[in-house]
Amino acid sequence: MTTTTTSTAPSAASVAGAVSASDHAHRDLLRLATAGSVDDGKSTLIGRLLYDTKSVLADQLSAVERATAARGGAEAGTVDLALLTDGLRAEREQGITIDVAYRYFSTARRAFVLADTPGHVQYTRNMVTGASTAELAIVLVDARKGVLEQTRRHATITALLGVPHVVLAVNKMDLVDFDETVFRSIADEFARYADAIGLPDVHAVPLSALAGDNVVDRSDRTPWYDGPTLLEHLEAVPVDRDAHAETFRFPVQVVIRPRTAEHPDYRGYAGRIASGVVRVGDEVTVLPSGKTSTVTGIDTFDGPLDEAHAPQSVTLRLADDVDVARGDVLVPTGAPATVGSDLEGTVCWLAERRSVLGARVLLRVGTRTVRALLREVNARLDIDTQTVEVWDGIDTLHTVDATDTSSDTAPRALTLNAIGRVRLRLAEPVLLDDYATHRRTGGFLLVDPADGTTLAAGMVGPTLLDRLTPTPPPSAADDDWLAGAGI
Amino acid sequence: MTTEATAPPTAAARPSRLTQLDALESEAIHVMREVAGEFERPVLLFSGGKDSIVMLHLARKAFWPAPVPFTVMHVDTGHNFPEVIDYRDDAVARFGLRLVVASVQDAIDDGRVVERPDGSRNPLQTVPLLDAITAHRFDAVFGGGRRDEEKARAKERMFSLRDEFGQWDPRRQRPELWDLYNGRHKPGEHVRVFPLSNWTELDVWRYIEREEIDLPSIYYTHERDVFLRDGMWLAPGGWGGPRRDEVLERRTVRYRTVGDMSCTGAVESTASTVADVIAEVAVSRLTERGATRADDRASEAAMEDRKREGYF
Repeated sequence: MTTTTTSTAPSAASVAGAVSASDHAHRDLLRLATAGSVDDGKSTLIGRLLYDTKSVLADQLSAVERATAARGGAEAGTVDLALLTDGLRAEREQGITIDVAYRYFSTARRAFVLADTPGHVQYTRNMVTGASTAELAIVLVDARKGVLEQTRRHATITALLGVPHVVLAVNKMDLVDFDETVFRSIADEFARYADAIGLPDVHAVPLSALAGDNVVDRSDRTPWYDGPTLLEHLEAVPVDRDAHAETFRFPVQVVIRPRTAEHPDYRGYAGRIASGVVRVGDEVTVLPSGKTSTVTGIDTFDGPLDEAHAPQSVTLRLADDVDVARGDVLVPTGAPATVGSDLEGTVCWLAERRSVLGARVLLRVGTRTVRALLREVNARLDIDTQTVEVWDGIDTLHTVDATDTSSDTAPRALTLNAIGRVRLRLAEPVLLDDYATHRRTGGFLLVDPADGTTLAAGMVGPTLLDRLTPTPPPSAADDDWLAGAGI
Repeated sequence: MTTEATAPPTAAARPSRLTQLDALESEAIHVMREVAGEFERPVLLFSGGKDSIVMLHLARKAFWPAPVPFTVMHVDTGHNFPEVIDYRDDAVARFGLRLVVASVQDAIDDGRVVERPDGSRNPLQTVPLLDAITAHRFDAVFGGGRRDEEKARAKERMFSLRDEFGQWDPRRQRPELWDLYNGRHKPGEHVRVFPLSNWTELDVWRYIEREEIDLPSIYYTHERDVFLRDGMWLAPGGWGGPRRDEVLERRTVRYRTVGDMSCTGAVESTASTVADVIAEVAVSRLTERGATRADDRASEAAMEDRKREGYF
């Protein structure tokens, strides 16, 4: 890491500190993730965003100046922006990033929560973690190297987790003399790949994190580029979800029953709206029980509402004294919703211990936790080649000792960072929303019941893995429609 | 079992994006309700500082019209600002809270911890905190920590598992995906929960302004006798300051953080309202910990070390 920059004050344009408090009342919050390695200049890029938006304060900067000098890398008065994102001691000592770090910066228009994820192959789980909540991902490439295996890996995870917006940051443009043809060929190659894996919205920016070109301030060295700078794009990208176009989902967190003199009979269901809109008077169905009722009140500490939308936290009252508890989900009566106890989906394995067929695990989906059996691992995605290896779908339950959780002999196991397709049998039926259409309620965790370790993160229904699968999965062979079509 | 559609939801499309503060509030309320749903004996750390006051406000909002379903705990260093203790007691009475006080002085008297030569009791809070967690069998402990405060905190989870010794092991952290927080733990372990993880100092102040939340008076400008040590204005008190060579001066100051008097410095300020404070913080070139916390200056990894040992 020899990236340095002079420590002069950033320009006053577009910085948080220059804006009065009242201007902030209407700004929104954008969650983004960065993917790339130190070699791509990721730490420098994040350092540049923090520095140029005045999110780095004088004492942090002087600490970095001291650290820069201590490492003997830079001349006096310069600062290694990459050091701004240094975290734990082991990371500083080894010069690597171990874990997801969260960074904060803001402008007058938008506040940003940035999940800074390490880019090494062994840290797939960190990228998956960072991407799970991101509305936008920045995929970083070195202009000298172009689209690498690693770039495709990052794009693949971004697509797998359903991140709706992507920025391709073509960094180190200063080292290719700001050559437009270099930028265009990288952007075109990435666009073709993005198309193939179904990344919806990709925007490419030519920049130099080290020199600051097109990060916050527009560069005069790229006259051929008339698009926004990286920060301008982040500020302007329309991420408004149309809550009215989504189907309402309300996982119940807790039942509010004050039993106080003031509220002796109050009963409300507290939760955060996962998707869609709810209005007083709406007919709702409680899943998995299927009981129906009507919303009679949407309560908040600040007063009742006629209507609320995702991701507001509210408390709902219902007309009937139906049985509703934590783990239940309220959905609109009459709208499609699948409830079942056979779950097919894609998981990313997050634990050091490998998957074991027949293992009894806990499944956490929404606010509900149920016991589950890992019945089948029938495909694995090779993240480097973006190919899917299909394993025959024979239920090997009977051939594996389910109690041997340390087994190294499991023939088709998922190991740390592996991505595979699984089938789970659940002890009781739950709402099964496809992740592709319900990012909040279609994600799940697998947890070890013995010690609480998070084993895997999963997505219900078809994902990128299925899109990349060359032939139909074996389990589809017994589907009725295939038989009916005479195939 | 599949329910078939009969009528799709109909409504005019219109933007439905929360403002930043509404998004942060909704997230914090969601986290608090998850704790209420998943844990048996949660406790909320309440120092009388602005972050814990905001947490308490969020807890009132999360469970309204029911009362706050958590015990609150104050880790008392014995070197308190009287205004803060008054605020604490008033809040406990007003909101009908159950208060547990974990006392550093008691721990010193019992010989569980030893007073430091510099008189600072901030690092001594870990032992009484962990002892109280064990004694009351608390399984979830809300802290007001924010990821923007300090670089070791930037990697902290919303739900942070601690072993029997209260230790934080960054390599053992559970991945945290979507808004699915895994709070399962073995007997003797507990989980620290940080609902304000994604807030910055300015966000906290803007929220205090919007919600019209009362704070202890020392957060606003006042005249105080102070003396200069290591570049910070400290207030005299029973903790041992000032030394013979340190001179008391009358200054117009306020506090950006509230902690042990021995290591919490005042900043010179004429900010008398929340709006004044926001304007001041917005142009400040120092982080609140850099400006006012002697304990974080000790080494590059000071906070990381204390966190590993079980600190807040």
